[in-house]
Amino acid sequence: MDKENLVALYRQMVLIRVFEDRAAEMYAKAKIAGFLHLYNGQEAVAVGSVSALHPDDDVVVNYRDHGWALARGSSARAVMAELFGRATGTTGGRGGSMHLVDVKNRFWGGYAIVGGHLPLAAGLAAAAQYLKTGRVTLCSMGDGSTNIGTFHAALNWAKLWNLPVIFLVENNQYAMGTHYDVHSAVPMLQKAAGYNMYAEEVDGMDVMAVREAVCRVAERARKGEGPSFLNVVTYRYRGHSMADPDVQRDKAEIAQWRERDPIVRFATDVLLKRNLVTPKELEDIRESVEREVEDAIEFADKSPEPALDTLYDYIYQQPVRNMQIAGSLIRPPTIAKDIPTNGKHA
Amino acid sequence: MAEITYREALKRALREEMQRDPTVVIWGEDVVAYAGGGAYGVTSGLAKEFPGRVRDTPIAEEAIIGVGIGAAMGGMRPVCEIMTVNFTLVAWDQIVNHAAKQSHMFNGQIKVPMVIRTPNGHGRTAATHSQNFDAWFAHVPGLKVVAPSTPYDAKGLLKTSIRDDDPVVFLEHLQLYGTRGEVPDEEYLIPIGVSDYKRRGKDVTIVTWGRMTMESLKAARILAEEGIDVEVVDLRTLRPLDLSLALESVHKTNRVIVVEEGWRTAGLGAEIAASLQEMAFNDLDAPIARVAGLEVPMPYARNLERATLPFAEDVIAAVHAMMQKQY
Ligand SMILES: Cc1ncc(C[n+]2csc(CCOP(=O)(O)OP(=O)(O)O)c2C)c(N)n1
Repeated sequence: MDKENLVALYRQMVLIRVFEDRAAEMYAKAKIAGFLHLYNGQEAVAVGSVSALHPDDDVVVNYRDHGWALARGSSARAVMAELFGRATGTTGGRGGSMHLVDVKNRFWGGYAIVGGHLPLAAGLAAAAQYLKTGRVTLCSMGDGSTNIGTFHAALNWAKLWNLPVIFLVENNQYAMGTHYDVHSAVPMLQKAAGYNMYAEEVDGMDVMAVREAVCRVAERARKGEGPSFLNVVTYRYRGHSMADPDVQRDKAEIAQWRERDPIVRFATDVLLKRNLVTPKELEDIRESVEREVEDAIEFADKSPEPALDTLYDYIYQQPVRNMQIAGSLIRPPTIAKDIPTNGKHA
Repeated sequence: MAEITYREALKRALREEMQRDPTVVIWGEDVVAYAGGGAYGVTSGLAKEFPGRVRDTPIAEEAIIGVGIGAAMGGMRPVCEIMTVNFTLVAWDQIVNHAAKQSHMFNGQIKVPMVIRTPNGHGRTAATHSQNFDAWFAHVPGLKVVAPSTPYDAKGLLKTSIRDDDPVVFLEHLQLYGTRGEVPDEEYLIPIGVSDYKRRGKDVTIVTWGRMTMESLKAARILAEEGIDVEVVDLRTLRPLDLSLALESVHKTNRVIVVEEGWRTAGLGAEIAASLQEMAFNDLDAPIARVAGLEVPMPYARNLERATLPFAEDVIAAVHAMMQKQY
């Protein structure tokens, strides 16, 4: 990788970090509602992975998706506006934080049901295989997702049909508050072995390690060698979501992981060590990112809410005749004025 | 015009659409291997005609639907067969949270042109295998739900469903596969969301669909001998629901009976009755009546199963009650 691309990786990781910190503030100010799952600590996974893919490969992820959308090329403005529930957001305010989608970047979302997106990823890969597009599908999930039926159904199917799909476990070691040791009966790689699937363990705090691993398995997929599995070991710095007081994790453990911070580590071990940048240049990058996120917040705040008359849009791609006759569709949309904007539930 | 079975009509629809569009594929459990094609024989022979395009899948309904959704997102038109409606429960999350919501929640960026074909209804198989889930699917915005009653409708609607850009739940009735009807050799399509008069009459309107259309027609023939003239409206599509013909019919007959096979409480009949009452209250000479299945998990024993399900005689009884009461 040349200097420019390496610096771009750094900038993207910083963008995600700053974006998430500011999103947390906006949540505290009740500008953002519902669940908000932040990505702090895991930046190297999305950034390293996306940098290894082609622009027209397919990416599908779970609800911890802001970092992925940004890495995949959605603008900070569109992502922030979506969190604010505005018309200018990635899905016009209909998906919210957990359902970011940007199909022009072949970023398919943003799925909030644990494990629900794994078969979809296999399906995208099946389409690529059938239509001979040469695309690879990357499907990221949390460690907690590896115990649900869809995980096993999707891996089994992908292996049977030799699909070009990468199942990437973003193993931050916790499913909400439940540690990996408590929720998984077997070590992660053994699950892949159960389906006779090529697998690697990867240091998720090292963006270059993630990039290299994804390059390797994507290459396998492109050569027709089928699905693979990456256990990317990482850590999230914040609680599961903004609603999580995070009392269950040991503070010393968190501190220990923070010492391996992917951004600091990449700056020190790669960029500075190889004299690719000066400390001043790194400072400039951070400042420009802060301006970008500040601009995104202003943009989101000034953006209109989606127009009420769009409420029924796209329920169907192909609306049918007589649809308005149906009892459920004859009422015009009405919206209560005072919808609480900041859910206090878990 | 040839008389063919409902099963054969479905197969012809599949064949014609596969010939027309190479992105149409059929995936499901035993759609190739078992007895030549599918537990109910709908796909038999197609695997040979279309190599690589009809594929057996693992017994993993959540994946059959989910992989179908992903493939549809990726540019294909999969027809996913779920062996019987009972097993759609395993895939309910995929159907409701994913297939139905992709388009709206993602602001039109994603389309899911897939068909979920599945036999619905009973067959002396007891409570886990004799169910009718019309109302469940019809409840979900984003799904299109089709339930044809004749071979003619089955063929024309399946072809349209395959060409549709939205997820279609295509409910085939187990008890209709062997029924026969006229189906033209030349191509035709029936639009989704358009109901149909299956019999014209002036005294009572029956609003129904699926197997109950056949039972209602049988009832109408018997009632005609007594001089009661029944009009039968077959909804054909259960979501979006087209009540325009039902409404037109009520204006004329002033009496409505909704006939459904499934459980009555929170069933589709309740929705239809309520909607017609909202739209045509002044036309009604009698309260809207409902004929429905009894609310028990389906028993196996022949007499108990029969007692649980509505048949023509139940429709006749409901018509008699309505005509005899003085309101
Ligand atoms: C089927 C399902 N069950 C439960 C939940 C509630 N839930 C949301 S996130 C989560 C934890 C998932 O952890 P993991 O898969 O490790 O993902 P991470 O949050 O680490 O990215 C749970 C239980 C859900 N969304 N879906």
